[in-house]
Amino acid sequence: MIRVSIDPAPIELALELAALEARGAGGVASFTGVVRGDGGVTALELEHYPGMTEDALCTLAEAAMARWSLFGVTILHRVGRMGVGERIVFIGTAAAHRREALDACAYLIDRLKTDAPFWKREWRGDSATWVEPRSSDAEAAERWQA
Amino acid sequence: MDLLYFAWVREAVGVGHETVDPPEAVRDVADLVRWLATRSPGHAAALADPARLRAAIDQRFVPLDAPLGDAREVALFPPVTGG
Repeated sequence: MIRVSIDPAPIELALELAALEARGAGGVASFTGVVRGDGGVTALELEHYPGMTEDALCTLAEAAMARWSLFGVTILHRVGRMGVGERIVFIGTAAAHRREALDACAYLIDRLKTDAPFWKREWRGDSATWVEPRSSDAEAAERWQA
Repeated sequence: MDLLYFAWVREAVGVGHETVDPPEAVRDVADLVRWLATRSPGHAAALADPARLRAAIDQRFVPLDAPLGDAREVALFPPVTGG
C-alpha cells in the first residue's frame, strides 16, 4: 500500500509509524528530514509543482514496491513555510525484514532529492535565498541506477 | 501553450503562469527558452543562462533539447532541491 501526501500541515510521526507497523510487517524503517538552523537560517519555505509532484512521488513509491518486497510505503512532504526544528519530509517503509525496509527507505529519500519538483528557500530574518542543488545529491541518486 | 515557472525563475519572470503561441521555428525547449527571453527584461534575466534551467513537458522532466511536439504545458525552473 502506498501513501503519498504533499501538505502544509505538520507531519505526525507517531501516527505514520503506527500505520506502517499495522500493515503486518516485521520491520519498519523511516527517514525524517528536519529544518536545520545553521548559517543563521530562521525558516525554510518549500515550493512545488502541483500535479507533477504527486505523480513523481507515486512513481518513486511504485518503483520501490517493484524493487523490494514491501508491505507499505509512505512519502509525506511539507510545503509552505516551516521553522527550525520542524519536519520537512517523512519516508516510511514496511517489510518482512530489516534489509528491504532500510534499503527501500534510503532509495526513496535519495531519489526524492533529484526526481521530485520541490524548491527550497532559506529565510534569515527578512531576507531569503533559493537553495542551490548539491552535486552529492545527484551522486547519491545515481548509486541506485540498476 | 501553457507555461509555468517556479522558484527564482518565477520571481525573475514576474509571473508563475502565462499562455503563449510560439512561432513554427520554435521546435525544442531550448528554442522556446531563447524565444521567451525576448519577451521582457524579466524573461531575459530569468532565462539568460540555460545551463541553470531544467524543464518539464506535460509534467515530465525533459532535457532542454527535447522536442516540444504537441506539448500543452511546459514548465521552466531551477534544479530541484526538495527533501
